[in-house]
Amino acid sequence: MSLKAKAAIVGIGELKPSKEPGESTALELMAAASAQALADAELDKSDIDGFLVGMPFSDPGILYPSAAAEALGLRPRMLNQVDIGGAAGAGMVWRAAAAIDAGMCRAVLCVAADLNRLGDQRPPMISTAREFEWPYGNIGANCGYAMIAQRHMYEYGTKPEQMAKVAVDQRKNALKNPLAIFNDKPLTVEEVLASRMIVDPLHLYEIVSPVSGGAAFVVSGPELARRARHPAIWLLGAGESCSHATITYARSLTESAVKQSATAAFAMAGLKPQDMNLVCPYDCYTITVLITLEDAGFCKKGHGGPFVMERDLSYAGDLPCNTHGGQLSFGQPGLAGGMSHVTEAARQLMGRGGERQVKNARFAFVNGNGGIMSEQTSLIFERRT
Amino acid sequence: MNGYLKPLPKPSKVSAPFWAAARRHQLILQRCERCGTFIYYPRSRCPHCFDDRLGWQQVSGRGVVYSFTVVRRAMSRAFGDAPYVLAIVELEEGPRLTTNIVAAPEAVSVGMKVTAHFDDVTPECTLVKFKPAEE
Repeated sequence: MSLKAKAAIVGIGELKPSKEPGESTALELMAAASAQALADAELDKSDIDGFLVGMPFSDPGILYPSAAAEALGLRPRMLNQVDIGGAAGAGMVWRAAAAIDAGMCRAVLCVAADLNRLGDQRPPMISTAREFEWPYGNIGANCGYAMIAQRHMYEYGTKPEQMAKVAVDQRKNALKNPLAIFNDKPLTVEEVLASRMIVDPLHLYEIVSPVSGGAAFVVSGPELARRARHPAIWLLGAGESCSHATITYARSLTESAVKQSATAAFAMAGLKPQDMNLVCPYDCYTITVLITLEDAGFCKKGHGGPFVMERDLSYAGDLPCNTHGGQLSFGQPGLAGGMSHVTEAARQLMGRGGERQVKNARFAFVNGNGGIMSEQTSLIFERRT
Repeated sequence: MNGYLKPLPKPSKVSAPFWAAARRHQLILQRCERCGTFIYYPRSRCPHCFDDRLGWQQVSGRGVVYSFTVVRRAMSRAFGDAPYVLAIVELEEGPRLTTNIVAAPEAVSVGMKVTAHFDDVTPECTLVKFKPAEE
């Protein structure tokens, strides 16, 4: 059993993020992103018979998928909420492919959107987190990633300027992305290190900005993929792994479950990291990118810092990485932030990267990461000509 | 109101002995009677062998800072008194726990030895924090 080349991304939609909460609800943003993706695929809403959705923090509720499907006017034969945090976007891709391969549906709409109006309200957390984490101030994602970065520095001698380089190179990419929220001026390593320290050792410019926005894509089987307007972007490999929920109880702070998810994805695809023409690793923080590149096998374990200093991560470089700017420069519209890595990989492989187009892009690696390096979903895509 | 505005633990039936011991300034952990594993946080079954015969055992309170951060801007208004040192302490007996180091931020480093420090934050609740070990 394998999902290799069983389904493809045939259309994408992505809204321009905004720092403002805006007047629209998350459901309205989902509708807007979905309409874009359907038009992009030249598919009619009636072609969609599968539906995967991420629940927005700004308007949560149980039985979310049916409520969202109803609002969009869908009557799906398969529907579900993908609740693996930032890995949800990547996780939707193989779940859609699996449902299509199993004959449960033909075309799956995957969508997420959210508003930047969380303020001091936190999403509902499970009792174990409330009892053993919150009283000590382990609240939100910043703390966990800071402790991961601190431990990585301790074990491997990783330096602040090496982590900062990720944000700097991704900003170069964002300057060519009209949708990115930070696309007006370049960023330097010195500026990152001079930005406010939020949670040692992470500075403000190493941390994602929450925004309002949304994204969608359509996954279909071979029959509809052949009809699509743009080149179909085939899923060649997928892997998923979860090692913990709270980082305190992970076996290691510095070796992530990306090792398992990426190994599985590359094995299914029959490819190696060196075969990739671009990478889109989840980037909630700079350290996330270093650890993902290490554990996915792009460099030796612990060498992520020196590795990113040696490589040019810009769209014109020797390892194009998050060519949309990543969430660090694009913004994080809730779970749609994790869809941006999928939409950008598809955009590049379709040859629609515009000024930031990676030359001769055939293979892309995408990694979704949820929680505090908890849920990992790795994907390999190919443009077949 | 006693003025303490930070979140407080709500003990469950399973975790109540842990918090009751903390009130007595003792650190106790569950230990699996089948495989011998020390367990934190409290559960109804051993996360290693899934056996449900778990007992409580007082432990040394000694450990090392596995990692830490200085939270300078907290995600919750309740922690408006930031900066504070949030840490993962690895106990001599094995388990790691989320805690605070009661020390100046610049005095904390990864690998430093610490001992349990019981902070009676309210008349009903004591949190298990750590302070640098005296040597």
